[in-house]
Amino acid sequence: MATMGTQGQFKVVGTRPVRPDGVEKVTGRAAFGADLSLPGMLVGKVKRSPHAHARIVSIDVEKARALPGVKAVVTAADFPEIASEEAFVGEGPMNFRDLSCNCMARGKVLYEGHAVAAVAATSSAIADAALDLIEVVYEPLPHVIDVEAAMAPGAPLLHDDLITQGVDPAPRTPSNVAKRVHFSLGDVEAGFRAAQVVLERRYTTKPVHQAYIEPHACVASAGADGQCQIWCSSQGQFMVRAYCAKLLGLPISSIRVTPAEIGGGFGGKTLVYLEPLALALSKQSGRPVKMVMTREEVFRATGPTSGAVVEVKIGATRNGKITGAQAVLKYQAGAFPGSPVQPGCMAAFAMYDLDNVSVTGYDVVCNRPKVAAYRAPGAPIASFAVESCLDELARTLGLDPIALREKNAAKDGTRAVYGPIWKDIGYVETLQAAKKHAHYAAPLGPNQGRGVASGFWFNIGGESTAEVHINEDGTAVVVSGNPDIGGSRASMAMMAAEVLGIPVERVRPIVGDTSSIGYSFLTGGSRVTFATGMAVVQAAQEVVGELKRRAALILDVSPEAIEWRDGAAVPSDADPGRFAPLPLAAIALKAGRTGGPISAKASINAQGAGPGFATHLCDVEVDPETGQVKILRYTAIQDVGRAIHPSYVEGQIQGGVAQGIGWALNEEYIYDANGRLENPGFLDYRVPVASDLPMIEAVMVEVPNPRHPFGVRGVGEVPIVPPMAAVANAIHAATGVRLADLPMSPPRVLAAITRATT
Amino acid sequence: MSKHHVSTTINGEPVEFLCETQQTLLDALRDELQLTGSKEGCSSGDCGACSVIVDGRLVCSCLMLAVEAEGRRIETIEGLAQGERLHPVQKHFLEAAALQCGFCTPGLLVAAKALLDRNPSPTETEARYWLAGNLCRCTGYDKVIRAVMDAAAEIRGE
Amino acid sequence: MPMLSYSAPTTIDEAVSVLAGANGTAKVLSGGTDLLVQLRSGRIQPDLIVDIKRIPGIIGIRQDPGGFAIGAATPCILLTEHQGLKAAWPGVVEAAGLIGSIQVKGRATLAGNLCNASPAADSVPALIAARATCVVAGPGGRREVPVEAIATGPGRTSLAKGELVVEFRLPKRPPRSADAYLRLIPRTEMDIAVVGAAVSVTLEAGGTCTEARVVLGAVAPTAILVPEAAAALVGHRLDAETLQRLDAAARRACKPITDKRGTIEYRTQVAGVLARRAAGIAFARAGERR
Repeated sequence: MATMGTQGQFKVVGTRPVRPDGVEKVTGRAAFGADLSLPGMLVGKVKRSPHAHARIVSIDVEKARALPGVKAVVTAADFPEIASEEAFVGEGPMNFRDLSCNCMARGKVLYEGHAVAAVAATSSAIADAALDLIEVVYEPLPHVIDVEAAMAPGAPLLHDDLITQGVDPAPRTPSNVAKRVHFSLGDVEAGFRAAQVVLERRYTTKPVHQAYIEPHACVASAGADGQCQIWCSSQGQFMVRAYCAKLLGLPISSIRVTPAEIGGGFGGKTLVYLEPLALALSKQSGRPVKMVMTREEVFRATGPTSGAVVEVKIGATRNGKITGAQAVLKYQAGAFPGSPVQPGCMAAFAMYDLDNVSVTGYDVVCNRPKVAAYRAPGAPIASFAVESCLDELARTLGLDPIALREKNAAKDGTRAVYGPIWKDIGYVETLQAAKKHAHYAAPLGPNQGRGVASGFWFNIGGESTAEVHINEDGTAVVVSGNPDIGGSRASMAMMAAEVLGIPVERVRPIVGDTSSIGYSFLTGGSRVTFATGMAVVQAAQEVVGELKRRAALILDVSPEAIEWRDGAAVPSDADPGRFAPLPLAAIALKAGRTGGPISAKASINAQGAGPGFATHLCDVEVDPETGQVKILRYTAIQDVGRAIHPSYVEGQIQGGVAQGIGWALNEEYIYDANGRLENPGFLDYRVPVASDLPMIEAVMVEVPNPRHPFGVRGVGEVPIVPPMAAVANAIHAATGVRLADLPMSPPRVLAAITRATT
Repeated sequence: MSKHHVSTTINGEPVEFLCETQQTLLDALRDELQLTGSKEGCSSGDCGACSVIVDGRLVCSCLMLAVEAEGRRIETIEGLAQGERLHPVQKHFLEAAALQCGFCTPGLLVAAKALLDRNPSPTETEARYWLAGNLCRCTGYDKVIRAVMDAAAEIRGE
Repeated sequence: MPMLSYSAPTTIDEAVSVLAGANGTAKVLSGGTDLLVQLRSGRIQPDLIVDIKRIPGIIGIRQDPGGFAIGAATPCILLTEHQGLKAAWPGVVEAAGLIGSIQVKGRATLAGNLCNASPAADSVPALIAARATCVVAGPGGRREVPVEAIATGPGRTSLAKGELVVEFRLPKRPPRSADAYLRLIPRTEMDIAVVGAAVSVTLEAGGTCTEARVVLGAVAPTAILVPEAAAALVGHRLDAETLQRLDAAARRACKPITDKRGTIEYRTQVAGVLARRAAGIAFARAGERR
């Protein structure tokens, strides 16, 4: 694993200490959402719709309520009816009315698996029996799943009040198109007229799931005084609190959410499914309620990402300068509006310096679970299309695919189609590193091919709170409010240790609950190391300021005479040798006598998150008689800003690549003619297994983000953006056949090869 | 309905519990014995997060009835370390950063231990195929395989 | 709530009697890797589970001059570790070795794989190609039948109430005989076979095939023995023409469906490919033997 550009000026940042929560995790002691048990706890389960689209005529729960052992039953009638209201509490826009209806169907069921009722009982077996006793009468309706079928006139309508936004004049009749978005620069038609080669292609993708190994799980406990506790694995305890408060009509302060360890999220746990139900059941029964989804429920009823159709048109001169670029993106939103089509549009051409570009997107509802964020939401789909088309353009022009990208690369000063002007970005550096990497020159054998693709993600900042406390013995505690999905806790400790100047082993990072730490926006958008890290650094710097003041008191010198170096108060250069260094532990010992406990808090809304860029190289071997694709070698080169803990940055890159490869080759939702999911399990929803992948080389290019004290850039999402096109381009290089439809499973590859040779 | 009374050995200790016929060994470990280290990822034997070792064989505890544990010798993740002394696979997972969310980690560690008990010198390919029954969604398996190979080298005394 | 009972007989006769006398549905529990999944999903709702693993001899591999005897409840992982069995029947062993993960193989058995009667069961084509038989115990006593007589359709067997498979037998091998099994799956592991092909051959000294059996899996309601494919091999060496005839015969025999794992076209095309490749391996192995 190569790192480039690290200056070696840090003592802790850039090293690879063992993570502080590591021993717990390797001994099985770490407590995830399903691992908590409370006295008197009930088991909660959900009754789900067998229909993809139906009116709920009636629900009769009396027999279930009467079953011995059943302590509570809830339906939509037990939740307040919420008016339409946009919120920005989770990742991406959310309408509270839609969220409420997604958690518990009201009037209509909109996908197979949609929750219609929930029970809490004294055992799992009784809860299951109770579900069977709930009588729901449905009036099945025609359903629609495919995005273009949902857009077509006469398609079954999911919401009779859905008028397309973003179209002027607004349509007079409802449809399944929730929104149209559009971004443009220059004059794309003129751009195409100026081109000597124009390629126009159509790409399709299937819905895929984040497929975290831990199913959703929570324990909720409502007290008689209205104080509620929730223990759950989520990507944001404050998000859970806010959503539950809204959906149950409770004051936010009455709910305390403690984050359990989380077994993977990737965006799929940035909203709630079970928590409001568990809370309602707990209120009704007066007892704690635990709810854990089965794997089947996770697939049938939690948000995968969109399936999509993307049409791309790119025009260029013979020497490879892109003169015009256009894309139309149609994304499935699932049962309620809110696909990531907008970020998809914004990211599609973000790597390129284009004068004439037009991107249009459609957010389309259909009878599937409501889409949830999945790692760089929207961008992998858009880049599969654009990066495949660029590869074809390169081949058509006889240009090296990296050279084509270099010729059109976004640099500092480039304006992106959605507005901002790039500053301090590292895209070109990734292209150069790719060109020079040994992988790019390695020889290939028969039926083997190499593909190149690039990717981008915005990364966000946002609100975070962090506290740093100095203990009586000079060790420190860092408290923040972001669930640790990938090792961020270690990075918080490292950044605090760097600022305080003490060994990282003397800093203990913890993730606080909603009542113990100030507000933090959720873990997502690749924001935690950047934004929460920034808050940690700020708090640690304030602590250092306080330590210097205390040292001045202890040493009886003026504060200007003191500097902080290597974890101790030392004489400032103006008067070296004036006193011996006074270490932090010594100052801590005297804290009570010098003014009291030493701690600081920082609450910020971090700005200046730096975007991330990557270029990936992928070698495949294709079996021409079976269509099987083997990934031989993969190199992912990414601008990571500054790698606080290089191992975890590499881990994010490798994990994102693996998910992208799965998306490319075998993952897809398969529906039957009734809109029912045929593969709601890990047997037939095929994620990559250990034998499917080679080692994944993560090359970290460091172009520091000047707006973060350590130069941090978000890293977690960029890696999933290039792989689908990298694999598709490699398959083309190996076989001469270009696949435009995902996944590129053996039957599809073989069919394409067979068509091409007959 | 009357439950089955099961006497078994878990991590070297004699253990007794009551269970119904349809409860799996995973259910019994987690719900009756509070050994929550083994995880439920799928309940269909496809993810390996529930991996345990029964009479020396690596199995999915979700694919075994609790009542079948009678008289057997069961090893779970909780028995891998000896007090504070971590097993080499645990140590190398930490050093190599071979875990991110940590949910699949107990199953992977038990599977890796079973591999190295049987084959102290696996090749990378052998390790990958042995661990194919343990899904990980976070790491892409790269650092996991490296950790297993490093642990193997340590166990061989290299 | 239906009560699920459990019984663990310690003799074959006791197992037969419990199964025959059961009120409602009784299911044999061997390795449990199919049974527990179906139980959990509600696909089956038996009244009684009969665990046969406590019967002495039901787990184990015995080699004698007549061939091999494999106890019905022997986990497949044991087959992959048995040097004698691997040497004599590499195809049967590699087929059993493809059933699921190491964890699954630690429990899954040939009897379960056969009696679950999935059209895609991996061990079945190889057993049929090997002319394996199974010993069935029942209220009427013991009978020995070819493996291909057991599965009658997806999820259905010819076993009567009270009957269970207790042993598999593999015959002694003539010299210059070998078998092979290949399957196609989308990933490298952990998938149900989209197509499976087993080939068992005997060659004479010059390399010409004197005896062959070709069996395809996952392309019909049960595994199918393809006499026409075997006929393409017998009397020939494995040259390009023979391979082409074999490929065509395999494809003609397919009666596959289109489902979430594969299409009719794909399965048919790949059946020919795998038959060729499995034959190549079987011939090579046979040629190396005395």
